[in-house]
Amino acid sequence: MYDFTYTKPSSIADAAKLLAADPDAKFISGGQTLLPALKHRLNRPTTVVDLTGIAEMRGIRREGNSLVIGALTRHAEVATSAEVKAAIPALAEMASNIGDTQVRNRGTLGGSVANNDPAADYPAAVLGLGATVVTSSREIPADEFFLGMFTTALEPDELLVAIRFPIPEKAGYAKMRNPASRYVMAGAFVSRGPQGIRVAINGAGPCVFRQADMEAALAGAWSADAVAGVKQDADGLNGDIHGSAEYRAHLVTVMAKRAVVAAG
Amino acid sequence: MPQVTLSVNGKSHTVDIEGRTLLVELLREKLRLTGTHVGCDTSQCGACVVHIDGESVKSCTTLAAMCEGASVTTIEGLAKADGTLHPMQEAFREYHALQCGFCTPGMVMSAVDLVQKHPEGLSELEIREGLEGNLCRCTGYHNIVKAIAAAAEVMHGKRETIAAAAQ
Repeated sequence: MYDFTYTKPSSIADAAKLLAADPDAKFISGGQTLLPALKHRLNRPTTVVDLTGIAEMRGIRREGNSLVIGALTRHAEVATSAEVKAAIPALAEMASNIGDTQVRNRGTLGGSVANNDPAADYPAAVLGLGATVVTSSREIPADEFFLGMFTTALEPDELLVAIRFPIPEKAGYAKMRNPASRYVMAGAFVSRGPQGIRVAINGAGPCVFRQADMEAALAGAWSADAVAGVKQDADGLNGDIHGSAEYRAHLVTVMAKRAVVAAG
Repeated sequence: MPQVTLSVNGKSHTVDIEGRTLLVELLREKLRLTGTHVGCDTSQCGACVVHIDGESVKSCTTLAAMCEGASVTTIEGLAKADGTLHPMQEAFREYHALQCGFCTPGMVMSAVDLVQKHPEGLSELEIREGLEGNLCRCTGYHNIVKAIAAAAEVMHGKRETIAAAAQ
């Protein structure tokens, strides 16, 4: 790993200033994606800005009909939070299956969502629940946040501060993991609630996306059978040594069925 | 040069580091605590697992600078000062839960965290799933799982000694 300057601001404003002043600086929170990337020299930041000293980016709280989770909240905290389990059990369940125990003890919600890895879990929950991304300067609806592979609507010096999840009536998540890397081959997060009926697909394409045909089918009847007949177009999906685009397209329907069953 | 002050196995250290210094490098190269291993260097194998403030983490995927004020426990810090092994170490010996031993420090540290988080007890499946972040290339998982189940009984006061659990 190339060397860099390490710095730890204690406010959102100071962190944003550091990034605004240096386009080659990078934020770090849990580091479970950034540090492996730096070790492979895929990235060469001049400065690594540690966000973990910013108290206002922490915590899980209920605000009316929403659950607000701070960006620095670790996967293990979401997985075991009584508040999350009560309000959105599917979210706690999803967090409990990210990576492994040690990754969950360090990795954070904000890091996962801001990175927008196509095979990450959290983007599916954010899009599948119709959540709102709260940043240092504005609020961005999930539908406008995920722009492409590893690309989001965040500006370079904009911090993801928290995510506001509307509490659904029902929600469920299912994924097929790559047996070696444990990353998502294809996953589906489904929900019914204040944001309507939503089906978000991760792992299968270059970026998490909504499956409109499945949403329409579930609007007709909320059941696994309703999505069983909906085929995902393989065009534009990821194809690699782990699975062809056609295989992933098939998995999308299977995972959507399982997610609806999980949602109940 | 930047410095970090942290507690390792109950002893405070102030260490010169670079921004890029990993916790595992601080432990092995600065403090000469070579019980913590680097197996894959890609965050997958778990040979480098230590505890930070009681939670198991991969020390090859943690910046040393982010450990300011932290309390770190390594495999060297598990046994008592008089050399009495921790029940998990004793169980690994009793059940022959290792072959080459390279993954063992990480396995033990992950297992201690797993057992501590489950005072209600652990099923075999929960133990196997709990070891997801630790790879053993000698394929010794079977005895590792048995050892952790036995150590869990001792750590939670259901048995007095590992030897009794082994019978």
